[in-house]
Amino acid sequence: MAGSGSELTVAGYIKHHLTNLTFGKLPEEYCENLSHNAVALADHADAHVPKCGEWTIAHGGEEAAAMGFNAIHLDSMFWSLTLGVIFCWIFARVAKKASSDTPSGLINFVEMVVEFVDGTVRDTFHGRNPLIAPLALTIFVWVFLMNFMDLIPVDAIPEALLLAFGIPYQKVVPSTDPNITMGMALGVFALMVYYSIKVKGFGFVKELTLVPFNHPAFIPLNFTIEFVGFLAKPFSLGLRLFGNMYAGEMVFILIAVIFSAGVAWMVPAGLLQIGWAIFHILVITLQAFIFMVLTIVYLSMAHEDH
Amino acid sequence: MELVYIAAAIMTGLGGLGAAIGVGLLGGKLLESSARQPELGPKLQVSFFLAAGLVDAIPIIGVGISMYLIFVVAG
Repeated sequence: MAGSGSELTVAGYIKHHLTNLTFGKLPEEYCENLSHNAVALADHADAHVPKCGEWTIAHGGEEAAAMGFNAIHLDSMFWSLTLGVIFCWIFARVAKKASSDTPSGLINFVEMVVEFVDGTVRDTFHGRNPLIAPLALTIFVWVFLMNFMDLIPVDAIPEALLLAFGIPYQKVVPSTDPNITMGMALGVFALMVYYSIKVKGFGFVKELTLVPFNHPAFIPLNFTIEFVGFLAKPFSLGLRLFGNMYAGEMVFILIAVIFSAGVAWMVPAGLLQIGWAIFHILVITLQAFIFMVLTIVYLSMAHEDH
Repeated sequence: MELVYIAAAIMTGLGGLGAAIGVGLLGGKLLESSARQPELGPKLQVSFFLAAGLVDAIPIIGVGISMYLIFVVAG
């Protein structure tokens, strides 16, 4: 919470943990509105004066909201890309070293993951497409790694970065950022549309307009039902992952708040933290698995020609 | 402001109720079907976890949002 200049409250602590490090351009109107509002300006005066009309890092949720569409969450981008690179690096290194001699622990582990994903794809995907298995592996491991950041104590990385570099906000779990999860869901959606058109051609239009009532008079009704159903798939895919990780992060933050209640509370809070973390191992793996399986299922549906 | 607490209570309570019924049914059916065909057990377990994860999502999201309502919006 330090860095914003105000006193430490429970709501402030939680809000601070739920604010991304946002980089964007503050519009001139924001400062004008602020100077009209003397109270808000007095609030800001002691800690930080917003720089309007230039590209800067947002201090607080209000400034981030004022930046509008053309703002980027630096922390989500950094952590998700870093984890993606770590995944590619480890798997590529193992793939190069793999041989028929007695394998070491890491090679065994990677082999296990690849075989598990391969088996799932074989079971659920019935079309013919060499892209699906690598895609599923990437999604599974990447989402798992992003979720895994949840198990790192909530204050460790943000506090370290604040002390070392003075970075005011840091949200280290990329999958608690709806931009990341919805971005991944949109990627899956693009593949769904692409393969539907590629495999079915005109059949895709037929599927959207002549199912479930096969009569020209029902085309508007059919289209409404099917199109909403089609759009709901990526939407629920992204929101499910976001909601689960956000709720999990929220519980971790709330348990961390208990530590402020005094020394006597530290042992029960620590036990709670460990308990929730152990339960959360199941949740993060399950959510990564669900995201992967649903991606395969949706793409399998895109490949099924009636 | 008190209505926020009522909203959080309804959200958590009904979400938990629905999911409990759902997971209960799911677990019962898993036991029934693996008792009938034990060789399908591991395969069914995978689908069970998948469906449980889908059901599980709603109450957890509800808990998260209600925590946000209680501690940030109302607090």
